Amino acid sequence: MELLLVLVLGLLYAAGIYLVLRRSMVRLLLGIMLLSNGANVLIFVIGNITKGSPPVIGSMEKVFQEVYADPIPQALILTAIVISFGLTSFAIVLLKRVYALVDSDDLDDLNTPEEEDI
Amino acid sequence: MKSIILQTATRYLLPILLLFSFFLLLRGHYYPGGGFVGGLVASIAFVLHSFANGTESTMKILGYKPLSLIPIGLATSTVSVTVPLLFGLPPMTGLWFEEPIPVIGMIGSALFFDIGVYLVVIGVVLTILFTIALND
Amino acid sequence: MIDNHILAPIFVQLFTAIIQLICWRKTVTQRYLSVGGSLIGLMVAFRLFGRVQESGILTMNAANWDAPFGIVFVADMLSVTLVLLTSIACFAVSLFSSVGLSRQRMLYGYFPIFHFLIMGLHGAFLTGDIFNLYVYFEVIIISSFVLMTLGGRKAQLEGAVKYMAMNILASMFFLTGIGMLYGITGSLNMADLSIRIQEVQNKALIGITSCFFLIGFGIKSAVFPLYYWLPSSYHTPPSAVAATFGGLLTKVGIYAMLRVFSLIFVPDDFIRTLLMVIAVFTILTGALGALIKTNIRRFFSYLIVCHIGFMMGGIAMFSKVALMGAVFYLIHDIMVKTNMFLVAGLIRQLGGTMDMSKLGGLYRNYPKISLLIAIVLFSLVGIPPLSGFWPKVFLFQEAFAQHQYFYVAALIIGSFITLYVIANMWVQVFWKNIPPSAETENLFAPMPPYKKILMVLPIGLMALVTLYIGLNAEAIVKIADIISTQLIDPSAYIDAVLGNKTD
Repeated sequence: MELLLVLVLGLLYAAGIYLVLRRSMVRLLLGIMLLSNGANVLIFVIGNITKGSPPVIGSMEKVFQEVYADPIPQALILTAIVISFGLTSFAIVLLKRVYALVDSDDLDDLNTPEEEDI
Repeated sequence: MKSIILQTATRYLLPILLLFSFFLLLRGHYYPGGGFVGGLVASIAFVLHSFANGTESTMKILGYKPLSLIPIGLATSTVSVTVPLLFGLPPMTGLWFEEPIPVIGMIGSALFFDIGVYLVVIGVVLTILFTIALND
Repeated sequence: MIDNHILAPIFVQLFTAIIQLICWRKTVTQRYLSVGGSLIGLMVAFRLFGRVQESGILTMNAANWDAPFGIVFVADMLSVTLVLLTSIACFAVSLFSSVGLSRQRMLYGYFPIFHFLIMGLHGAFLTGDIFNLYVYFEVIIISSFVLMTLGGRKAQLEGAVKYMAMNILASMFFLTGIGMLYGITGSLNMADLSIRIQEVQNKALIGITSCFFLIGFGIKSAVFPLYYWLPSSYHTPPSAVAATFGGLLTKVGIYAMLRVFSLIFVPDDFIRTLLMVIAVFTILTGALGALIKTNIRRFFSYLIVCHIGFMMGGIAMFSKVALMGAVFYLIHDIMVKTNMFLVAGLIRQLGGTMDMSKLGGLYRNYPKISLLIAIVLFSLVGIPPLSGFWPKVFLFQEAFAQHQYFYVAALIIGSFITLYVIANMWVQVFWKNIPPSAETENLFAPMPPYKKILMVLPIGLMALVTLYIGLNAEAIVKIADIISTQLIDPSAYIDAVLGNKTD
């Protein structure tokens, strides 16, 4: 399970960085999304995966009796997912506006010459 | 795309999904669920309705703009965060009523925080999706 | 000491933003609320500053969870100084933007987003939890995206795409670093991390993790190989927005570096050399970039990059005197850079453009305003006894003591090019006659008097603060001394965070 997740995580990072380095804005966006998912998987793997033992103390006990799943990485991932949801939706709207205005998907077309400054 | 099956289905699905989202919101403190998930389910209910009947008719049943849910939700959450300060406790400390209330269960500041999150999520998701949908 | 009220600056900004959201589309009410909220925020920040000066580091355990387990907020001297400076800048910018911004932009929610941004800044300065720092960074960048694109001119959207891509990338690096740090140590509390990281055997892993943080914060603070997004985006938004960005956002990166590198990854020789190389190149590229630009805001953007290098050098030397210099420069830089972009906005109102070749004759028409602007510009250059001079004394002293001659050379070159660029701007904009071919439109003269006052007043206020920093440097040196002592020896910080157990 861990090995599989590590492979997935490497793949996500590699694909994300490859896409971010492209000139197309849509690929840039996809790359950013893959990278943020990669980071989430990384936190998940690093938090030591423990199957089927939630961090809930039984009603009779005072402390944990056995190994439990660390809840903090999950809380971190949840927060990171919410944040990347907000960022991604903003980015989609922004890229849509840019496409409507510039009529191009190429980042190199995005340069207003200095003479047009205000 | 107007499918009569989807339209009929959403007529029943919308209230059920809203009820389910509220259920998720209420059980969120001790069990899986909570304001964020509840808000997402509720906004998905409206999104499904807008798929079937068009964005305009969804906005009509909402009555007013989803944007106005954001300040209400934010205010609810922030107040529930700051209220413990009045009792000399650090912000975000959970304050609970002594007696449980039937159906809802224990009521505390965490519930109001979740209600705020619920409203903000609905407001944000619907605002974003309607903006994207109406621009076309 | 535990103080449950250290989050007050955050809540003031948050409530201001919420009330403004409720008054959506009522731009006049929003303006009053913004100025009022900023004023209250300023007073609260002053009070917090006074309390920390009096009774040392204050902490607050959110939700009453004891320190290493819950989220802790810490107000040490560095945090409260930056909160105070941010509040001053926020007050000035909110005064300026009440007249300096088109109504169209206000209708799209400029004011609430601006206050969310300031809230994020306060939170980033006050938090003592590394993941919470990430969350506040995200609050800052999401608000800044909105402010960047508000109005939707073509150049603005183009700048925003680059800005967005680089900043999200920076967040990803930061998040990855946090994930690895948690994996190594099992803690997120910065004071706790500071202790636990010393027990880790695998130093190479720590080095790699620190590089993730360095890249993440380096993108945010626009250091040498990662700065390209800044000059290609900061000249596009309205001046009030550019002032907030230029004065405060890159400095959050520097703050985060100061915090992380003093508490968690105490720099070893490799990191120090790396930081020093970065600092030297940042100064040189920023200075050379500023040299060739004719648009005021474009070369101001390069000057930001150049002066970030000064502070990076201070962090790289990592000794008490060097950190004093870096912190003093940070204090000076926040005030002056914010004011510079406000000045750029004022010049645009006076001359109708920001292209220096088309401007001229402002001194003849507006001698008093020109003198006010002169104070700001020459504080930036650091002509003694103005504020930019004193931190450089410390930096030079320590650079000679540590035989960092490349950095000395870069400091000299950077300072001289800054002087040259600013003198050139002074000549071109204020002394030169208006070129005959240029069609300038004066937007300032037809404005009603109260608007004129509201436009000049914030610049005057900030110039006064700058003068205070320069002329009363002794007080600032004392503050910088306390801060650098706390940074070099974090035991006071760690004790304050972990020593307070609430029963």
